[in-house]
Amino acid sequence: MFNAWLQIFQRDLLIAFRRRSEIIHPLIFFVMVISFFPLAIGDDKVLLQKIAPAILWVTALLATMLSLDNLFRSDFEDGSLEQMTLLKTPLSFLVTAKVAAHWFITGLPLILITPLLAVLLYLPSESISMLLLTLLLGTPTLSLIGAVGIALTVGLRQGGVILSLLILPLYIPVLIFATLAMQNVEQGFSAEAQIAMMMAILVLAITLSPFAIAAALKVSLN
Amino acid sequence: MMEKPYSFTAELSVRNLACLRNEQVLFSGLNLSLSPKNVLFLQGENGSGKTSLLRILCGFRLPDEGDISWGNQAISSVPEYLQNISFVGHKNGIKDELTVEENLNLMRSMATASDIKTESVLKQIGLFKQADVLSRQLSAGQKRKLALARLMMTENSFWILDEPFTSLDKASVVFFESLIKQHIQRGGMLILTSHHDIDLSGLSVNHFSLSN
Repeated sequence: MFNAWLQIFQRDLLIAFRRRSEIIHPLIFFVMVISFFPLAIGDDKVLLQKIAPAILWVTALLATMLSLDNLFRSDFEDGSLEQMTLLKTPLSFLVTAKVAAHWFITGLPLILITPLLAVLLYLPSESISMLLLTLLLGTPTLSLIGAVGIALTVGLRQGGVILSLLILPLYIPVLIFATLAMQNVEQGFSAEAQIAMMMAILVLAITLSPFAIAAALKVSLN
Repeated sequence: MMEKPYSFTAELSVRNLACLRNEQVLFSGLNLSLSPKNVLFLQGENGSGKTSLLRILCGFRLPDEGDISWGNQAISSVPEYLQNISFVGHKNGIKDELTVEENLNLMRSMATASDIKTESVLKQIGLFKQADVLSRQLSAGQKRKLALARLMMTENSFWILDEPFTSLDKASVVFFESLIKQHIQRGGMLILTSHHDIDLSGLSVNHFSLSN
């Protein structure tokens, strides 16, 4: 069972490595949008510092949305998904391998590049570590929730609009807690409550979304 | 060469099956059964519901009416039923970004693997020289052969093939026909659709015609 999980995980990493443009695209989007803000606003350090958490988080959220589209699309189109439903290992377990691989190739690079972009927005160093923590807890949640939406719309020809309507409202709690945590830190308060909430949301997403993803994929195959 | 018989087999029976598509009845009141060592050859015009029937048997679609049972138990209560299916449909189920060999190894590692070596499979399907070629660079016929190689990689006793021989050359058709014969002799079961002539002489073949 774990062997199959590992096989899917490795397979997806290998495919992503051979189709690099798909990994790089959301990352370039992330870097470009964020670096446009200082250009557009000008050298207003106070203003940039103030809106930096919002900019970073909203862009991270949109970049995740952008990267999600391919999560199940190619498996759906080339028939690999049909084959996956015929395996001994439950589909709900196998999809976690896909989501994990997806986070590994899109979420992780995004987190790694964030400190650099945070400097661009004059974010102080203590806020940067909080930013990284919120991203580390938040982006896997975004991937898991997004995967449910993708699984539901993968069979539709033009699922894009429905997808945004489905997923974006579900992203709002993560966005609120993450930016609130950063505001608290900037004002010298503790962000423990927000971090605890984000952890709770992540645990909830890890436990429930695999079943929702598998069920949605089966609906899409029908 | 006589190989050891399959360990997991039973009679498949379909009772009163109906399938709706786009609010039209594709078929209804369909009854059929298939026992080990038998072939069921589905025939019918385009759009008569052959593929839909196969997809229902694979569990991708739910029947709109009727039951399917495996050894007198509803398939929903036999989890091994789906795991025992080798399905090759219109879509090849191979990854374009992986090499031929990687695709084969992936097929093997996901299920109850057969003893056969990857190298031997590559030689038999005539893709030995292309082992390290990305699947996207294969021709349509070569891709089809790779998809059908799935049948050799596992120990599944129930094969469901939807137009398996599309774009295959004559030699490959002969090879896969012999593979089917070997499968049936080991006690396997097969349901297939095909518009090609398939030589299944010596096997017990039931023809079933779907008409609209």
